[in-house]
Amino acid sequence: MGVEKAEMLGSEADNVRVLGNNVITTSLDLLVNWSRSRSLWPMTFGLACCAIEMMATGAARFDLDRLGVLFRASPRQADVIIIAGTVTHKMLPVIKTVYEQMPEPKYVIAMGACASSGGVFDTYSVLQGIDQALPVDVYIPGCPPRPEGLLYGLLKLREKIMRERNTFGAAIGAGEVVPG
Amino acid sequence: MSQAVVAKLKGAFAASVLDVKEHRGEVTVTVKKEDIVPICQFLKDEAGYNFLCDLCGVDYLGQQPRFMVVYNLYNIATKERLRVKVPVAEDDACVDTVSTVWATANWHERECWDLMGISFNNHPDLRRILMPADWEGHPLRKDYPLQGPDREPYQGRLS
Repeated sequence: MGVEKAEMLGSEADNVRVLGNNVITTSLDLLVNWSRSRSLWPMTFGLACCAIEMMATGAARFDLDRLGVLFRASPRQADVIIIAGTVTHKMLPVIKTVYEQMPEPKYVIAMGACASSGGVFDTYSVLQGIDQALPVDVYIPGCPPRPEGLLYGLLKLREKIMRERNTFGAAIGAGEVVPG
Repeated sequence: MSQAVVAKLKGAFAASVLDVKEHRGEVTVTVKKEDIVPICQFLKDEAGYNFLCDLCGVDYLGQQPRFMVVYNLYNIATKERLRVKVPVAEDDACVDTVSTVWATANWHERECWDLMGISFNNHPDLRRILMPADWEGHPLRKDYPLQGPDREPYQGRLS
């Protein structure tokens, strides 16, 4: 392959040693985190106006595909669920079911004011923040957030995944996960 | 034209018509709730009101009787409208169903029961339609706390 530099792993060159032309040594954490964070596949799941911005982010102008973010229509193929909109108490069981069907590791992004805190809907029928039901990794403010905001949130999630330690080891029964 | 219908209605159900009002060309008839089904059948068969646009409940908290059920009727052939209202007391919050007259009343009455707590006698399927199935209470009533029964009411900003 002729890999001379550790450009594959970006700025984490300290962790990489090149042996000859064909062998790369790295830590298992770094390899696993790199591959996970560079192909975040979100669940196609929109709840309100934030979903329109989410679609705009996926479309040609902002183009999530170039970051390896491909929307999947099945929770069984998704890594991250973007809660894009107002969560009502009636919708909550559906969201929980979708979340539970996603394979580990899985991440949650609360997109916009409604998903983060209930937003302007301080009423009996609206859940006051999805963090009451699911473990949220990234909160994105805005009503709705612009596509740049969602992109920034996804990049923040990438950084968070890169900080995780021992996720692979924990999956095969060696020790605990050190979250990012 | 609608006044002619009202005159016909008064002729057929003289004892049941409580009040007739006309405002900006809209005619509203208030009738007794005991006769709502025959009156609706009459309006559909004899006066041609073949479409029930909407059926809703109104909560006049503090007044007697507390509730009103409002039927907005439309005659597709002549493009005429008529509004029929039925007063409902709080301690006897039930009205006979008109889903036998217009099938669309089925879901409208479910919504009215779900949000207002007005039940409908002989309804074929009186379940909640908007709120979750295990919800308690009827949230569109004026005395229902806006932020839900399990939360402290909003007292304004503290800062």
